[in-house]
Amino acid sequence: MISVRELSKYYGVTVAVDSLSFTVERGEVLGFLGPNGAGKTTTMKMLTCYLPPSSGTAEIFGFDILRDSMEVRKRIGYLPEKNPLYTDMDVSSFLELAARLKGVGKDSLTGSVDGVIERCGLGDVARRKIGNLSKGFQQRVGIAQAIVNDPELLILDEPTIGLDPRQIIDIRALIKDLGKDRTVILSSHILPEVSQVCDRIIIINNGHLVAVDSPENLRDRLKRSSMTRVRIAGSLDLPAVEKIISSIGGARLLRSDERGGDGSTLLTVESSTDSDIRRTLARDLVEADIPLLEIYSEELSLEDIFIRLVTEEGDA
Amino acid sequence: MSRAFAIYGRELRYFFQSVTAYIVIAIFLGISGYFFFSIFRYYNLLSLQSMQSGFSQGGLNLIDGVMRPLLGNISIIILLLLPLLTMRLMAEEKKQGTFELLSTFPVSDIAAVSGKFLAALTVYAVMIGCTLLYPGMLFYYAEPEIIPVVTGYVGLLLMGAAFISMGTFFSSLTDNQIIAGVATFGASLFFLLIGWAAPFVGPGFASVLAQISILYHFESFSKGVIETSDLTYYIFLTVFFLFLTVRSLESTRWKS
Repeated sequence: MISVRELSKYYGVTVAVDSLSFTVERGEVLGFLGPNGAGKTTTMKMLTCYLPPSSGTAEIFGFDILRDSMEVRKRIGYLPEKNPLYTDMDVSSFLELAARLKGVGKDSLTGSVDGVIERCGLGDVARRKIGNLSKGFQQRVGIAQAIVNDPELLILDEPTIGLDPRQIIDIRALIKDLGKDRTVILSSHILPEVSQVCDRIIIINNGHLVAVDSPENLRDRLKRSSMTRVRIAGSLDLPAVEKIISSIGGARLLRSDERGGDGSTLLTVESSTDSDIRRTLARDLVEADIPLLEIYSEELSLEDIFIRLVTEEGDA
Repeated sequence: MSRAFAIYGRELRYFFQSVTAYIVIAIFLGISGYFFFSIFRYYNLLSLQSMQSGFSQGGLNLIDGVMRPLLGNISIIILLLLPLLTMRLMAEEKKQGTFELLSTFPVSDIAAVSGKFLAALTVYAVMIGCTLLYPGMLFYYAEPEIIPVVTGYVGLLLMGAAFISMGTFFSSLTDNQIIAGVATFGASLFFLLIGWAAPFVGPGFASVLAQISILYHFESFSKGVIETSDLTYYIFLTVFFLFLTVRSLESTRWKS
């Protein structure tokens, strides 16, 4: 189990992480979500004992990151954001070096290295120089390096950044697979990635915690309102439409966009979750002789939740 | 310990798999070979003259006439070349970000620093080891004393260790290899030449300056004597800068 308590980091007067507290259960896959510069990387650097925190601390499997740094480091695997590697080495000798530095015994050395080469799909490039590999393969080498000592906790900082869609799918599958038998903390600013892979999500912004929950719960929690999209043909008498919408209880017009070559307008109407306004709205619009083309309700996506949480944060 | 050895292996492989070590060694051997040649030719001339004049010149022997000037010259060449060997040791790790990776591995700073230091020291040992060819030739054709040659090389090795230790330290201060190299060069030159200022200061301070000087402590080694004070001086200098390196790595993390 990992418990982070009031962890803070200041760079001079800038606050990068502001008394962050959370816990991660053993075997959990935790997503760390936030816009760029939110403090994700700094938090991860502190958890991996690279950066000492300005105040607060964290315990990883009972070991304090400051006092028992060596014990912590023995139990983690870390993929830094920039994925630094010894580019002059070939894949298998680099992994062998990483294994030796992480204290993998001589007897199990070859087994561990061959194991991760196979698990990360590096068999074909094992003898090639890391510097000459594509970004996708380098990322795999980075992950292979992180798991070569079979760590209990895997910390991956933006593992899919800069990869092509195909490679992203591969890496995600690999992470999912790795998450089966260990704890994983993963950072990202890509929402679908986090919602696909993670059991729980932590959203941080400006260095402090905004929300912690499972992807589903987050979605439910924020579904205080539902969206209805309405498409209307031809030029629009906006005040008239607005009047009809506001006559329905709890509904309001959020925005209207000119869309498509046919000159139709797409309206977004927000209403409270407990009532479905589609029926009333459709009837009222048709009665007012407004050419209604389509009407449908829309689920709030994780993107919307994220934007909402982060902007609410900013307003507050 | 095994981790320090892993880093040692990696660094050594870097030196010998890239062309760095070969080029440094080749150029070093080229220059030192030229010095050996010219010193030896001059010695040859002197002994020829003394034979013709019938006077045997005092102090004309292979140790004082060839080996001591040769080792003196070698110490200047290593002053120029060792910074090039040590400047990347830590600076490159910082530049490429692998320092972050290394810091999150369960490897102590002492293990990392000593692994790197020993790797550079090994390259240096190979470098001066190759020059054993020159005294080898002297032993083949003549009978010079063996002890001053042995102690001379011990001194050279210790002096190099001090330079390498300084280089490791300066390399740990920056992620810029040029800065690391130039700073090492400056510091080494300072320790080498500080003794030259001794005649111009008061008698009390003069001995202090001489004691700081790297060359001053080399004197007795090249004469065939190993003095405890000289031995202590080199070992202290080496350990001191290695200690500073470990501290500097710690402070890098606190500062960033």
